[in-house]
Amino acid sequence: MTHGVATSHAPPRPQSFLRRHVFSVDHKVIGRQYLDLALVAVVTGMVLSWIMRFHLGWPETPVPGLGKLAPTGAAGGVITPEYYLALMTMHGTIMVFFVLTTAPFAGFGNFFLPIHVGAEDMAFPRINMMSFWVTLVAFLVLLSAFFVGDGPPLSGWTAYAPLSAVGKDAGPGQGVGQTLWAISIAIFCVAQLLGSLNFIATTLDLRTRGMSLARLPFATWAWFITSVIGLVAFAVLMPACILLILDRVAGTSFFIPAGLVISDRLQPHAGGSPLLWQHLFWFFGHPEVYIAILPGFGIVSQILPVFARKPLLGPRVFITCLIAIAFLSYTVWGHHMFLSGMNPLSATLFSVPTLVITIPATIITLLWIGTLYGARLRFTSASLFALGFVSVFVSGGISGFFLAQPSTDIYLHGTYFVVAHFHFVMGVAAMFGIFAGTYFWFPKMFGRMMNETLGRWHFWLTFIGVYCVFMPMHYLGLAGNVRRYSAFTDEYLQPLIPLHRFITIAALFTGAVQLIFLFNLIRSRLRGPKAPDNPWEATTLEWSTSSPPPHDNFGGRQPVVSHGPNEYGNAGPRDYVMQADPQ
Amino acid sequence: MSTAVLPPSPSVPAAARVATGDAPRASVAQTGVWIGIATISMSFAALTSALVVRQSSAPDWQHFQLPPLLYLNTLALLVSSATLEISRRRRTVAALNATLVLGLLFVFGQVLAWRQLAAQHLFLASGPRSAFLYVFTALHALHVLGGLGGLLYVQRRLAGAVLAPTTFKAAALYWHFMAILWVYLLTLLTIRG
Amino acid sequence: MGKLFAVVVTVIALVSAAIFAFHVWWLPPDISTHGVRIDRQMNETMVVAGALFVLGQLALAGFVWRFSAGERGAPRPVKSFPGGPTPLVVLATVLVGIEILVLTFVGSKVWADVYQTPPAPGALQIEVLGEQFAFYFRYAGADGKFGAMHPEMMNDATENFFGLDPANDTTARDDIVVGSLVIPINQPVVLEMHAKDVNHSFYVPELRIQQDFVPGLVIPLHFTATTPGKYELVCTQLCGLGHYNMRAFVEVKTQPDFAQWLKEKAAAL
Repeated sequence: MTHGVATSHAPPRPQSFLRRHVFSVDHKVIGRQYLDLALVAVVTGMVLSWIMRFHLGWPETPVPGLGKLAPTGAAGGVITPEYYLALMTMHGTIMVFFVLTTAPFAGFGNFFLPIHVGAEDMAFPRINMMSFWVTLVAFLVLLSAFFVGDGPPLSGWTAYAPLSAVGKDAGPGQGVGQTLWAISIAIFCVAQLLGSLNFIATTLDLRTRGMSLARLPFATWAWFITSVIGLVAFAVLMPACILLILDRVAGTSFFIPAGLVISDRLQPHAGGSPLLWQHLFWFFGHPEVYIAILPGFGIVSQILPVFARKPLLGPRVFITCLIAIAFLSYTVWGHHMFLSGMNPLSATLFSVPTLVITIPATIITLLWIGTLYGARLRFTSASLFALGFVSVFVSGGISGFFLAQPSTDIYLHGTYFVVAHFHFVMGVAAMFGIFAGTYFWFPKMFGRMMNETLGRWHFWLTFIGVYCVFMPMHYLGLAGNVRRYSAFTDEYLQPLIPLHRFITIAALFTGAVQLIFLFNLIRSRLRGPKAPDNPWEATTLEWSTSSPPPHDNFGGRQPVVSHGPNEYGNAGPRDYVMQADPQ
Repeated sequence: MSTAVLPPSPSVPAAARVATGDAPRASVAQTGVWIGIATISMSFAALTSALVVRQSSAPDWQHFQLPPLLYLNTLALLVSSATLEISRRRRTVAALNATLVLGLLFVFGQVLAWRQLAAQHLFLASGPRSAFLYVFTALHALHVLGGLGGLLYVQRRLAGAVLAPTTFKAAALYWHFMAILWVYLLTLLTIRG
Repeated sequence: MGKLFAVVVTVIALVSAAIFAFHVWWLPPDISTHGVRIDRQMNETMVVAGALFVLGQLALAGFVWRFSAGERGAPRPVKSFPGGPTPLVVLATVLVGIEILVLTFVGSKVWADVYQTPPAPGALQIEVLGEQFAFYFRYAGADGKFGAMHPEMMNDATENFFGLDPANDTTARDDIVVGSLVIPINQPVVLEMHAKDVNHSFYVPELRIQQDFVPGLVIPLHFTATTPGKYELVCTQLCGLGHYNMRAFVEVKTQPDFAQWLKEKAAAL
């Protein structure tokens, strides 16, 4: 397929092992690399949370073996208060950045976006490869904080200044550890921007014949919009991290005011504004949580019709709502700062769009539920996780009502109610989106089917488990249980410790259940039954090619698209029409 | 549940894409540059708001004269944009070489301006205005160096007569943005004196 | 499988909602004058949120139960949602929209009452210092004036927490510095929050107030307590390794008891 242009579209299939599997510009390899990275990250993040939760339930009981791994932070197997906070910081940072921003977005998006639009690869394959390796470097820099000086930082994934800005006087981990954190995140920003560049350019410029924007699959729309959000959000976080690093190592005072006495030392800074860090961070931080969840919306909207055997209700409304959410996500960041000392009038101003964002989110949820009306639901691991997503997203979204209002936030800010809210939407719903995507796309990516029985056990035990872990946290919050405490020594918290122990047991149990998923992943890769091209009878372009797809995605043929992605539920022997089917 | 496997759907081999002049791949470069411009603008917008907030959060904003060398560097950068346009429209290598030289002179001049600041005892940590001056000039110069790399690539392909016009346009777009961005940063630092 | 899903979701929704509804774990009794309005806002939000939560989960459960693919017989044709997406868009916009308007209209007044109105004239002024990892409180003493704070003179070892200079500063000489917040009932109190080192936050659940301390800023917070007792005041902004242990007590006394306490403290200076 040439039009008189010398360069062919995609480079020919490389031969060496390194160029095929390691330093590959093939978007499918890059997508899998992102997913592998996310897998390592999520296991790390989860193990950290187990140690934290165990300590909260049984603060004096040693964790076997931990003393040897962390002789300073966990002498004798019992973690110190600073080590608890260090683990908490790393848990949050790893999960938000290296799991939720990679797997659903960079992972599945890299693998499937070019295929969904009918292209042979991303617009800039070499930059795409760079984005993965830069992400990996960022991850390694972050992990190195465990092994330096006095350990990882303890300022949380939010790294509020001046705690994060003054250096080692502020506490253990606040020396080299915090600087490595800031460097890691700045590097991560660069990687994300390179990734967003590819997603946007590919969606705009490389769509195949007949693939209008209106015919894009829902997941693709979600990835496209997510990458636009990311383009602006990460562009703000990066300079913020640079300014933070300068305050730490170059003696500047962007975030540090005068007159601070820390560790009995008057700090040599003046004039800076701690609130400036919060504004910059949350201007990134709020859109970031939509980056974490929007791909899940797209994946669920892609999967539900396949297993309901009918089209998604209101596809154009769905896309409009995604765009509305993306716009509104930039107007709400102050709802993390109601009590921060900023002008109280702005609290009311921020609260209005925060509540308004509920409207498109509710519409989307109703569209999913409405899709189920009159359906012929098939239950597979993929569809169970997609249905479960709806349930946990409702749960997580509803608690937002309380936190969106400054008046109720007066009581609930800084409590476990907040922890419940963000874990439900990010730690559960977004994870369910990743699970659903994995079960759905595994056959296409690896050419083998996953084990359905194991998948169903994984779903049921996880679904019940996560509710047992996170629903009680709302109750803790209502009782005034403060978050980010390494131990509960306050009198009013003593009666709540049994509930914490329940949560810990549920968390350890749910964590253990994930071994079923891991086992299924590995066993299916090696010995799963061969997957046909279109095991789920789905319409989008990836199902028109082989499992796994050939190097150039469509075997030398360029798909011509004559249909949208939503044609399910037709009468007749075949109840669906694929996008690449003839007119 | 039915798991009937259907044959892969047929697709038309070698179907013609909608092509306008250049091969579709070349126009992707321009999209990429626009996206880059959006991102970089957003970063400097964040730094602008940081500057505004910082200035109003304490009475320690310094009121020093910006080194006049900065204006000379600005001139070099603006002229380099002109030479780049000449090179692009006439496809001449000489004008492109002039752009590269002027670009390098700009970066070199910025480093010299830092030396001048240091001679006045104005360093990164001396105060907020000097801090922002260093940060802005350093970040901008880094992006200019990236642009120079892109122009070197363009120069190589132009010399070999394999440069697509849209690629040239994309590179020029980036370079002109560097000039516009610099004028904006200099203006910001001047009016917030 | 569909029926199992529906049952599990229903059970989870009803059990969770019941625990909320029956206040199995709930806010402690309110002891402030503004708190009753916050509690009302909380309850209203709980009713709305609870209803949406239960309805949403039941709708999901109900549809999954009803619309599973049967194993037997010919597959029935799929049905489209009556009216398409429009009724749902309208429902969501109107229902949620109205609720947002109501909650914001009322809630913004509740918020403004606490954070956007000045304290009553004659309010008892108390300065609060948040530091790693304790709270200290300062009363102005007989002269009604607070001495200046000098960060370079702050010294925990000599208990000069506020960095006062009584030798050169007469207004500082009668300042009373203590480790508990002692206040009288039915008397407006205004706190001025100073942060010595990093961000902290002031939280007393029973008083229904919370406010961050921000280094470089002095932030006022006012309230009136209504019930004598001893209540815990805890830090809610991550401030370092001792954050979990950073607490003080609020002792709300009757007015005569408070006057007595103040007299004793002044005499002991």
